[in-house]
Amino acid sequence: MTPLIETGDLSKRFRTLAAVEGVSLRVEPGEVLALLGPNGAGKTTTIRMLAAILRPSRGWVRIDGHDSLLNPLEVRRRVGMLTENHGLYTRMRAPEYLAYFGEIYRLPGAQVQRRTDELLQRFGLSDDREARLGQYSKGMRQKLALARALIHDPVVLLLDEPTSAMDPESARLVRESIAGLRSSNRAIVICTHNLPEAEALADRIAIIHRGRIVAQGTPADLKRDLLGDPIMELRIVGELDGAARLLPDGAAVTEQGTDWVRFRVRDPQAVNPQVIQSMSSQGVRVITLAEVPRSLEEVYLSVMREAQLPSSE
Amino acid sequence: MPGFYTVARRELRDQLRDWRILAPIAALTLFFPVLMNFTAQRAVEFVERYGADIIGERLVPFLLMVVGFFPISISLVIALESFAGERERLSLEPLLATPLTDSQLYFGKIAASLLTPLGAAFLGIFVYLAGLLVRIGWRAPPQLLLQVLLLTAAQAVVMVTGAVVISSQTTSVRAANLLASFIIVPVSQLIIGESLIMFWGRYHILWWIVIALVLISVVLVRMGLHLFNREELLGRDFDTLDLRWAWRVFWAHFRGGAHTLVDWYRGLLGKTLPQLRGASAIMIVALLVAYLIGFRLAEDFTLPAEMFRVEGIPEALQTQFAQMEFGSGGGWLWVVGTNLRAMLLSSLLGTFSFGVMAVILLMAPVGIVGYFAGNFALAGQDAPRLVLGLVAPHGILEIPAAILAGAAIVQLGLAALSLPKGSSLGESWLMALATWARTILGLVVPLLLAAAALEVYLTPWIAMQLFRGP
Repeated sequence: MTPLIETGDLSKRFRTLAAVEGVSLRVEPGEVLALLGPNGAGKTTTIRMLAAILRPSRGWVRIDGHDSLLNPLEVRRRVGMLTENHGLYTRMRAPEYLAYFGEIYRLPGAQVQRRTDELLQRFGLSDDREARLGQYSKGMRQKLALARALIHDPVVLLLDEPTSAMDPESARLVRESIAGLRSSNRAIVICTHNLPEAEALADRIAIIHRGRIVAQGTPADLKRDLLGDPIMELRIVGELDGAARLLPDGAAVTEQGTDWVRFRVRDPQAVNPQVIQSMSSQGVRVITLAEVPRSLEEVYLSVMREAQLPSSE
Repeated sequence: MPGFYTVARRELRDQLRDWRILAPIAALTLFFPVLMNFTAQRAVEFVERYGADIIGERLVPFLLMVVGFFPISISLVIALESFAGERERLSLEPLLATPLTDSQLYFGKIAASLLTPLGAAFLGIFVYLAGLLVRIGWRAPPQLLLQVLLLTAAQAVVMVTGAVVISSQTTSVRAANLLASFIIVPVSQLIIGESLIMFWGRYHILWWIVIALVLISVVLVRMGLHLFNREELLGRDFDTLDLRWAWRVFWAHFRGGAHTLVDWYRGLLGKTLPQLRGASAIMIVALLVAYLIGFRLAEDFTLPAEMFRVEGIPEALQTQFAQMEFGSGGGWLWVVGTNLRAMLLSSLLGTFSFGVMAVILLMAPVGIVGYFAGNFALAGQDAPRLVLGLVAPHGILEIPAAILAGAAIVQLGLAALSLPKGSSLGESWLMALATWARTILGLVVPLLLAAAALEVYLTPWIAMQLFRGP
């Protein structure tokens, strides 16, 4: 499959500061990639290079096959960008605002009208179409900015900190809106430092630190690679006593209490049925056998610890 | 350019919804011209009573220019708001992510910043003229009207294009407003100058001002186009004064990669001097022109011939040389100090005037020499003898020093106009400053020190020999 977003050795230097260093990404159609990292990690600079706003100091960007240096206008035509700050014109009204951007993308008048109605409907802003944008709440403004990014139905959507500095209710509304933007012919990149948001919305996560990608993969892959094999917790009726010894090969005990034990398994699908069978055959009554949830936060903190080691040494 | 039109139209709509722009424009367009009509009528009536009709005749056109200027002053505010304001409100980045080109955005905003104030200015001029026709029956001569309309438009363009250059160096309207004095002060001086010209009645000079303003606009548009681009707008942290970085850039260019003084001089002569070829040519032409202008002015402003009697010259020179302590270390210090002060002042003025003021300042002494040579010739004396006796002995070093200093200053003044690709305004200026410092320290100062020694010890002797006669 041809990737919609592809970068190689992407780097950006401002005077003496290396903001982005050797970033290589590939995002397929239908895929959502979260670029996760602390403030100043280089997420926004990366996304600006993807949108052909900034020129890479080294490396390349291809959007839907178009090189950002050779053909920046074609790249921008294919990209919809939600900037960290909505940047709306507060004296305008929503239809007028969307029409302005529609005209910039040279959409025919009728299409602008149709897309405007469609997007306002989709983001629940139809009832407020006559209000000045200055009267909009933060969540409404962000949703309208999202509508702006979608007015030309782009194949690549770049979202820079879409819910930063928003109250939980507004953030949830915007997240729901973003979740609804998945499409088989669109690639989405979300820049965020919000871990639950990245986990909820993204298929793949790239963790960026000081301009470099330090880890990349699906949330499950990252957890396995960085935190080790999944940990299972077995709870039984009564005391554990010597029951831990009944665990089959491939289950390594990590900790235990009076009526519970935790163990690591490489292949839970193969090992867990054996655990149940072993316990039952010895008359141990099992209450639960479940995976201990591991958050992306643990992954992130582990990556960051490792990434910071060289500089702190 | 459909993108240009779209941007301009939105900006215009935005202005027409902002009472802070509309209210002053309405007042300056409708109320102010009427007030000026009243002032003109009263002033004309008053001065007529004393037979000073000429004051009234000159006041009426002057007020015509003032009526046009006040509304266009708002264009500066609109431009600062449009460029710096949009960056401050962070509404520029969504536009930069669209397929609009940098020049579509730039010209769209320029046009929008100009149209409303310029429309208001022309309307104000029309209201003023209509009022004058009704009140005192005065009709503007077509040429004067055309001059005022063109001056008004050219001033507006200069202010707006200058505002873009300023806005590109800031991230807030507040900072842009502070920097706007770089526009307000010169434009105020220009208006004062235009007023003097109009009261003096030399209206033809206004054409030269129009031409100068058009040239300045071209220069500012060129600068604006270079500075108003995505990379500059989002890629740099403008309001942060990074002295360490500035020093590094300056020092790297000043040193030019040399490790020894010999290497450094080799770089100065082999690389820096050839870079100054164009600017040096400008300086040579300027100094020649200054000499010729001075020589020619002697015909219009001739000094009494008795001043140039050869017989009296040796005594006069002797007195002068003695007063200036020539022939002693004190005289040498005085000459060095004067020349260095003149060079530093030229550098300072040149920095803020694209090098123009520096060239004029360095032309002045050569112009004076030309003027005296002209008078000398008119008095029937041998002008080359004057130049050979009083200028050439030390001029052989001092004139090349002036040419090199002027060239380095011109280069420094023009640094903002010819930015190397990929470098910012600050970077380009620092590089030019380093070139200036290399030239001044490496060549001009040593030449001036030596020239001063010749001027104090050798020139008086040669002058006395030449003028004492057989």
